[in-house]
Amino acid sequence: MARTAVSGRLTWRAATLAEARWESPTARTLVLDVPDWPGHLPGQHIDVRLTAEDGYRAQRSYSIASAWQPGGKVELTIQRLDDGEVSPYLTDVIEVGEQLELRGPVGGWFVWRPQQTAPVLLVAGGSGLVPLMAMVRARAVAGTRQPFRLIYSVRTPEDLLYGDELRRRVREDQGLDVHHVYTRKTPDGWPSPAKRIDVAALNTYGWPPDFGPDCYVCGPTTFVETAADILVALGHDPRRIRTERFGGTS
Amino acid sequence: MTSTPLDGSSTAGGGLPLDGNAMAGDLREIFAVDVTAARYVCAGCTHTDAVGTLMVWPHSPGLVARCPHCSDVVIRVVRAPGRVFLDLRGSVRLEVPLEGG
Amino acid sequence: MGIISRGFGGRRRESVPGLPPGQYLTHDFPVLSAGPTPRIPLDRWRFTVTTETGEKTSWDWKEFQALPAEDVTVDIHCVTKWSKLGTTWRGVSIETLLENVDTVAEYSMVHSFGGYTTNVPLEDLLDGKAWIAYQFDGEDLHPEHGGPARLLIPHLYFWKSAKWVNGLQLMPEDEPGFWEAAGYHMYGDPWREQRYQGD
Repeated sequence: MARTAVSGRLTWRAATLAEARWESPTARTLVLDVPDWPGHLPGQHIDVRLTAEDGYRAQRSYSIASAWQPGGKVELTIQRLDDGEVSPYLTDVIEVGEQLELRGPVGGWFVWRPQQTAPVLLVAGGSGLVPLMAMVRARAVAGTRQPFRLIYSVRTPEDLLYGDELRRRVREDQGLDVHHVYTRKTPDGWPSPAKRIDVAALNTYGWPPDFGPDCYVCGPTTFVETAADILVALGHDPRRIRTERFGGTS
Repeated sequence: MTSTPLDGSSTAGGGLPLDGNAMAGDLREIFAVDVTAARYVCAGCTHTDAVGTLMVWPHSPGLVARCPHCSDVVIRVVRAPGRVFLDLRGSVRLEVPLEGG
Repeated sequence: MGIISRGFGGRRRESVPGLPPGQYLTHDFPVLSAGPTPRIPLDRWRFTVTTETGEKTSWDWKEFQALPAEDVTVDIHCVTKWSKLGTTWRGVSIETLLENVDTVAEYSMVHSFGGYTTNVPLEDLLDGKAWIAYQFDGEDLHPEHGGPARLLIPHLYFWKSAKWVNGLQLMPEDEPGFWEAAGYHMYGDPWREQRYQGD
């Protein structure tokens, strides 16, 4: 799988929207049927290209949300940005059965491979959860036992992605822990007030640096820089911290 | 989710950088291997790390990747219809891992 | 491959007559940056003209502000295909800056804080065709649009209108700047659609 995912030059191919579901009031998962998809690693992304009727084109990158299984489909979770150019089309306009062009999978650096034996710390800001969710899912598919901890920073409980699935996985996937940080509004009865991700959260709910965890941080640029700086300050090896920033531009 | 205009077609703002991962698609259209996992050596300061760690300004109007250590330009990618210009003068070398090597 | 996404309009744009080929009209002012936005305190701002013999003439912010300024209304055309009509600027013409500069150079390299460069033939900077602008739309030029001051050379693609300018180097021969060395056209005339090398 990994081999086919990284060999040969890439070109654009057609994908068909097979299914779609809402993950939150503003985020929709697109399940794409891509003939001859070579497979992908969790953390990889694809480029989507849209062409308007007058020939105008726009291109965006989206992380893949699903773990690959032979014969499976490719899932993207798109967060709608209201003044965006592409995301409102993908969340609200494109219908099941319609096609778009994509190129991928791409990216071999911000990936987790099941062969990695170290414990894993995932730090997600908002829809930065998407590629990290692919890692959580790939771990389950591979049936491996590396302990995973996910710290997921989100604005409000309504913005949570994959809420039911994460609750189920914490019960069923042995060795997976999830901690939420709410930055604007907490659920009723939450033990602490809304706050941004901080030293205490990463220290308490992450791994001690001595365990040599592989850390993956994904989210908006400022979130990623804050979290990565804290991890380094806590003593984590910068070479084991992998980051993916997204601009949230549209 | 990343949301990165890679073709300069977007009219969205360009203040904060992305990282080298954002170049993966454009580079995979040129190279037979993934270059974001390759190690670069910065021509400005000799810092070395994965291409995925570079700071990338994707809408500028080409794509500019700078060293996070000294902010010198390491890679420039300009896409034209039917061709791509790749300027690597800011990189002393690229060390590319090969699968099964 | 020709997959058309019905219902995908893209960002609001108009293809209107009178624009250079391949351009769309925009009403925003998109920001394109090749690096971090430099924040230049006015007391450290300086603009220096260097001739082909190495002779330098420079102005600090106060001296620059004392030069005769002009208000201009121009159309601008970005190589990423947007055009914006009737933009209003205030600045000092390059003609004014070069008034007492002795040169036979035919080319120039525009330099910016942050290291950006772009090349322009000297005659394209003269005769009221280019300015160092420090106001846009009646306001001080915002750093993300090139403030304190940027080159304004509206008859060429807008990457030539370098942001955060700090110098003009006069040269006997043409040399490529930051984008020209990486594949963009040496001259960049939007009416001849000179986007990339060889266009």
